[in-house]
Amino acid sequence: MKKFLASTVAASALALMLGMTSVRAEDTVDPNAKQGGAITITYKDDVATLDPAIGYDWQNWSMIKSLFDGLMDYEPGTTNLKPDLAESYEISPDGKTFTFKLRHGVKFHNGREMTADDVKYSLDRVTNPKTQSPGAGFFGSIKGYDDVAAGKAESLAGVTVVDPYTVKFELTRPDATFLHVMAINFSHVVPKEEVEKYGADFGKHPVGTGAFKLAEWTLGQRIVFERNPDYWHKGLPHLDKITFEIGQEPIVALLRLQKGEIDVPGDGIPPAKFQEVMADPEQKARVVEGGQLHTGYVTMNTTMAPFDNVKVRQAVNMAINKARIIQIINGRAVPANQPLPPSMPGYDKEFKGYPYDVAKAKALLAEAGHPDGFDTQLFAMNTDPNPRIAQAIQQDLAAIGIKASIQSLAQANVIAAGGDKAGAPMIWSGGMAWIADFPDPSNFYGPILGCAGAVPGGWNWSWYCNKDLDAKAAEADSVVDPAKAGERDKMWSAIYDKVMEDAPWAPVFNEQRFTMKSARMGGADNLYVDPVHIPINYDNVYVKDVQ
Amino acid sequence: MIAYLGRRLIQSLLILLGVSLITFALLYLLPADPVRQIAGRSATPQTVENIRQQLGLDQPFVIQYWRYLVKLASGDLGRSYIQRSEVTELIVSRLPASLLLMVGAILCELLIGLSMGLIAAVKRGTATDQTLMVASFVGVSAPQFVVGLLLLYVFAVRLSWFPIGGYGTWRHLVLPSLTMGILGAGWYARMMRSSMIDVLRQDYVRTARAKGLARSAIIFRHALPNAILPVIAMIGIDIGIFMGGIVVVESVFGWPGIGQLAWQAIQRVDIPIIMGVTLVSAFAIVLGNLLADVIAPFIDPRIKLR
Repeated sequence: MKKFLASTVAASALALMLGMTSVRAEDTVDPNAKQGGAITITYKDDVATLDPAIGYDWQNWSMIKSLFDGLMDYEPGTTNLKPDLAESYEISPDGKTFTFKLRHGVKFHNGREMTADDVKYSLDRVTNPKTQSPGAGFFGSIKGYDDVAAGKAESLAGVTVVDPYTVKFELTRPDATFLHVMAINFSHVVPKEEVEKYGADFGKHPVGTGAFKLAEWTLGQRIVFERNPDYWHKGLPHLDKITFEIGQEPIVALLRLQKGEIDVPGDGIPPAKFQEVMADPEQKARVVEGGQLHTGYVTMNTTMAPFDNVKVRQAVNMAINKARIIQIINGRAVPANQPLPPSMPGYDKEFKGYPYDVAKAKALLAEAGHPDGFDTQLFAMNTDPNPRIAQAIQQDLAAIGIKASIQSLAQANVIAAGGDKAGAPMIWSGGMAWIADFPDPSNFYGPILGCAGAVPGGWNWSWYCNKDLDAKAAEADSVVDPAKAGERDKMWSAIYDKVMEDAPWAPVFNEQRFTMKSARMGGADNLYVDPVHIPINYDNVYVKDVQ
Repeated sequence: MIAYLGRRLIQSLLILLGVSLITFALLYLLPADPVRQIAGRSATPQTVENIRQQLGLDQPFVIQYWRYLVKLASGDLGRSYIQRSEVTELIVSRLPASLLLMVGAILCELLIGLSMGLIAAVKRGTATDQTLMVASFVGVSAPQFVVGLLLLYVFAVRLSWFPIGGYGTWRHLVLPSLTMGILGAGWYARMMRSSMIDVLRQDYVRTARAKGLARSAIIFRHALPNAILPVIAMIGIDIGIFMGGIVVVESVFGWPGIGQLAWQAIQRVDIPIIMGVTLVSAFAIVLGNLLADVIAPFIDPRIKLR
């Protein structure tokens, strides 16, 4: 451990001398972990695909993380970035060139060594429109992206293979989120020969460098992962085998957990059973609670009267009784007063937000010229508990004279209404709420509060567009130096404080995560509420009943 | 007979074409945009447009439908938007499970329904008859989701007689089959009862009784075979009801059939899968009805095919 510190300090000193930022790190393995054993995890829905360029469900997201690796990753159970397939990286002083040195001897599951050519191929592939990757837009800051996205080029001009173990990225603008982008699944490294062999079916025959390899996939029934004995990270993974059983209702999964047939119900504790589980000391002991990068909020369409008046929006913020709404969902959340969730860097602990104050809300409405309130519509997704939450909000609004009729619709229809400028005056985001793609404060701004998202079909459902804040956001994201991360987080806090002044949203709560596990599962609690691996960090957990 | 079959086959094809057109049109008119379901939240407008073009969803309805039909004619149901696999592969991998469940359900409903109907008819007017008829009514009206969970709770969780959901052995099959079968059993009990009562009134039964035959012999040798036939002819029509039921029952029991596939696809606007499952189900229903009609004259010579 000491040696690691020394080498990091030396590297940093050298980097400072060269006017560059460089980081090198090794991570450790839990010394108490036992090796071997198998676990069973259940899911209700099919696993769509295990292709890292395409998979974007919350159940395949962390499966893909265990089959593939990216240049960057996070320390298990945290939001701290660390090099992964990269051994070290350097950022140029202007923040526009990132150079990664790759680890030697990393092998794909087919036995071939991974090199810089594979990194470049993987990024060319994910940005190519033919791949139909939902994540292509994450790579927008790489030079040459526009040509590839428009189908004019096959290869990203900004990605250069310097030598087999060095790859260089040139960006069109300084991008502080770029290291996070190198950690998301869409940038994970795939072997060209396997992709070409399986074509569109690569997602059913995934071959990566990850801790596990796919052993079996019976459509609609089960997926089996086996330990990758050649995994470059010595000592990982701990488990020999993970079986994912597909098609199990959460309520059935819970019954099976109680009988000891499974280890983790992947879809969590069903809401109807939550209180029963928490009231039983034996079961409660096996529940791990943690934060997640989620905020539930009410959007108000700032282009639509009367929500074009900031006082009306502030009045709504003061009218909603968040504590009561949290009771409706059995206390599975904490009240929110700003867009960022508490576990996100940049969350402003000092910020108080709008208090619950019916009298003041009424006064604000009167000031805005609506002393008797007005009629409006509140859209919400039609699955439990969202209609009940919408009703609670409806009652709160009625208390200040706003008569909101509830439009309870299927998810896709609510999303369509939100993306239409004249579609929805108010939307309760539950069931569709923003969960961060990566743990960085910028991820809660651009698509949902920035001008870029306030377009037809976008996700900025309040149609809030503040050019001044957009400029400040760009400024914050140009602070690339990891040493200045604290400064950058403060810039972001200030942006969200200003957003709340304009009140395009009424933040309601941040959902907590409750993962349930069998008694035989071991490992630190934060592995079971890992902010990037949902439901659990497969690579680092272990079972206690093996020799 | 051959002319009749030919005519019916052409009719069936037209029905399937109609089903495909209506489903395709409904999905086209849906306010939800499948491309945004695929693209997810972080996709830029350009990514969304790129995906739309790649899938040909930027084309007018007529062209989209025509392209679908052309591919369909060569047996290609397309690729799932979300799973990216061949729809044919997804359906074929799940069809055996659904067929197995259907066979299990038919056995259950016949076994339960026919015996209930038979007993009720023989004990007509008694308390047994009334209890059985009330039970059949409950069976017909109980929601399958509730029945499934109840059976699961009692027989799998409490008594541990059967596994809690899943697929693989005959023990896995019992509870889902029973859940599906209870609905049909209610209908069959009522049909069997009236059919049996009808037969018991016939002259040949009276004759048998006059001859002094034992009661059991009259019921099982003379009445039952005649009463059962018109009831059994209904199985073909049942397939339609099953297709509705499997969506719920497969979800409750984690049964890897096409109902589960359809339910997931509907939630995510995965048009190729919805189309594929709808067509396969429609085909099964059309086939079931056709079989029921073709078999009918063999069972009951009074019916003639025209």
